[in-house]
Amino acid sequence: MASVTADKTLDTSGLNCPLPVLKTKKALEELQAGQVLEVISTDPGSKADIPAFCQRTGHELIETVEEGGKYIFYIRKKG
Amino acid sequence: MVSERLAIIASKGTLDMALPPLILASTAASLGIETAVFFTFYGLNIIHKEKMKKLKLAPLGNPAMPMAFPPSVKNTPVLGQIAGLMEAVFPGPPQIMGVIPGMTDFMTAMMNKTMKDHGIADVPQLIELCKEAEVKLIPCQMTMEFFGYKQEDLIDGLEPPAGAATFIQYVLEADKPMIIFV
Repeated sequence: MASVTADKTLDTSGLNCPLPVLKTKKALEELQAGQVLEVISTDPGSKADIPAFCQRTGHELIETVEEGGKYIFYIRKKG
Repeated sequence: MVSERLAIIASKGTLDMALPPLILASTAASLGIETAVFFTFYGLNIIHKEKMKKLKLAPLGNPAMPMAFPPSVKNTPVLGQIAGLMEAVFPGPPQIMGVIPGMTDFMTAMMNKTMKDHGIADVPQLIELCKEAEVKLIPCQMTMEFFGYKQEDLIDGLEPPAGAATFIQYVLEADKPMIIFV
């Protein structure tokens, strides 16, 4: 279980590269600065791709949880 | 701020060669990089209204291609047994089978099915994602004339057709220009 609560959840289960990253970007656009997005992914590539996306775009990756073949990312939108 | 431009040149018109430029472009744009794809030669088919929907995968002359059936076919009762049998008879790349009429369409159907099973976006979807991410889609002027494609044969939302010099100049104007050739 994660220690952060999300303002919004994006489930990309079953989708593959590049869709999880593209959908994450779109979902973040709908949030206010400082709000937290929870991204659920089953794409093993997203394990490296979501952190790379955050590093590049400046959004903060607060926490990554891996459970039962799912990767869950908590991203705080940059201010 | 230092300007960055990523330019991807899409010169091939087969299904497998249409995906990499579109995946890279949409991703780069969503990372905040100004991105353009230059469609030239057979790559123009990727943005052709009709042809983009039926790009094909060629088994002939493609030694890397295995006889791969998607899991959804393998798990179907009768079809799955036929697929298993075919894979047992042709364990390696069936190059010779590529000459059989209909093989290209068959392989293309298998590829499309596998992509769907794996949640990989198809060409029209990726084009839409590129547009949403504000990727500049530039058709090559010279090859449009060469193939006899008119502006109305191509999809909407493209940049004006450009020549090689315009494209090179557009890329190299940036402080950090990058070019990928597909």
